[in-house]
Amino acid sequence: MKILVCISHVPDTTSKINFTEGDSKFDTNGVQFVINPYDEFALTRAMWFKEKQGASVTVINVGNTTTEPTLRKALAIGADDAIRVNTEATDGYLVAKQLAEVVKNGAYDIVLAGRESIDYNGGMVPGMLATFLGYNFINACIGLEIDGSNVTASREIDGGKETLSTNLPLVIGCQKGIVEEKDLRIPNMRGIMMARKKPLTVVESVASEPATFSKNFEKPAPKGAIKLVDADNIGELVDLLHNEAKVI
Amino acid sequence: MSILVFAESSEGKFKKSALEVVSYGKELASKMQTNLVVITAFVEDINELSKHGAEKILIGNGDNLKTADASVWAEYIVAASNQEDASVVIFDSSANGSYVAPLAAAKLEAGYVSNVVDLPSSTTPFTVKRKAFSNKAFNFTEIKTDKKVLGLAKNSFGLKESPTESTVSEFSPELKAGRIKLEAVEKSSGKVTIADADIVVSGGRGLKGPENWGMIEELADVLGAATACSKPVSDLGWRPHSEHVGQTGKPVASNLYIAIGISGAIQHLAGINSSKVKVVINTDPEAPFFKAADYGVVGDAFEVVPKLIEKLKEFKAQNA
Repeated sequence: MKILVCISHVPDTTSKINFTEGDSKFDTNGVQFVINPYDEFALTRAMWFKEKQGASVTVINVGNTTTEPTLRKALAIGADDAIRVNTEATDGYLVAKQLAEVVKNGAYDIVLAGRESIDYNGGMVPGMLATFLGYNFINACIGLEIDGSNVTASREIDGGKETLSTNLPLVIGCQKGIVEEKDLRIPNMRGIMMARKKPLTVVESVASEPATFSKNFEKPAPKGAIKLVDADNIGELVDLLHNEAKVI
Repeated sequence: MSILVFAESSEGKFKKSALEVVSYGKELASKMQTNLVVITAFVEDINELSKHGAEKILIGNGDNLKTADASVWAEYIVAASNQEDASVVIFDSSANGSYVAPLAAAKLEAGYVSNVVDLPSSTTPFTVKRKAFSNKAFNFTEIKTDKKVLGLAKNSFGLKESPTESTVSEFSPELKAGRIKLEAVEKSSGKVTIADADIVVSGGRGLKGPENWGMIEELADVLGAATACSKPVSDLGWRPHSEHVGQTGKPVASNLYIAIGISGAIQHLAGINSSKVKVVINTDPEAPFFKAADYGVVGDAFEVVPKLIEKLKEFKAQNA
């Protein structure tokens, strides 16, 4: 199995979200970047395939040089090698086009990606990539087994889950459930040392126009102060929810 | 030219989120001075679509749609988009809507924006407002392609009635055979799902153990709400993973979210802060959730929740 795991380079969840240049750019000042949490599930599942069934695991990011430490972290977790496509990841359409080119050239038969990234939450790259490649695609995947070219997967649906069967080649949109939180790997010292020597190949991007363009940002209106209700006067809460908030 | 909306049905009925996209599509069509076409499948009663403004309705009934392969559904919607010369194609944010939308966008070579929260702020250039950074900001995105695909965030637009005489026709384009087969479905029957719920009642570690969830379920029952839980609770195995809400769990965009015994870690808040009204019940007045909520009760859940259930029952009896 040749597995490609897509790694987004995103601000840590606890980051302060601020904007600069007339609210047109995300302010990276003081922000720590991490592997997108959804992609961590994908990477750990890939490592299990490697260890239990035999597979090569390549990690990939579309971005400029600032994303390389995040790819090194994925190498430290256990991926064999890394690829960075050298272009700004301005929109999902463009990123999927770039990834498709690498998948074709490298003949990967399984692509694992997080269902969405926690910065733009677009949730579009895995599905677009599968479409550009003509690969089968399962989104919101919470369980994946591969035997030869036969695939069994579970997908989260509204209010339940589905069990699906299909074949390779395949793109998967991963989320918690494909492995559990407790299974996620963190790099150890040996992994970090080894990661320094693993290949990180930079490839140039193919010509493609972004389909969308981020113009500017806006922060949500500041929230009004909380109204506290006395624990001995719960009737007042019911009254507020009915007459003021009008939600019951 | 037209606006095309995909209205998903389940067991012959439309979900609220499907009618919300129809309402949105109608207003967008008026704004762009064009017609609203709705595409759906396996339904007979289309009154709800007419009521929310569908001018033309395309219904598929073919066996080739009886597949779990989203790419076949994408092909079906793209065929409708081509037939109707749609300039904008709109999906909801349900599990299926967000599965199919990117595939349709790629086939149409269209720019796709998900989590859209409002009508376009401008139609030339076509600019929409969407959620970003796990609900901590909004982004205005311009779509540059001729065809555009939007995913509407749940509960962001609401239902708007616009009674219309609809023309209805069957739609059965040639489609490739599905390559993904449905083997089994497990659905929690009779319960309100988090995705569909107007109200969500959520419990955290402050409830001390799974044996104490009876009152959470009772409260949800009185409110017609879905039950949910925080990440530690699902990690401890007190509640199923499907109930975990927050970042990496399910997102919640309900009208009312009641957090009981949940401190309000930033990852939890990132997943639930699209809810319109938030209530927190917690013993610790320093819990971060008190900074994020609209209403709060400082107190022991084991005393407050039974009182709340009692008061809600009284309220319901009076307002029945």
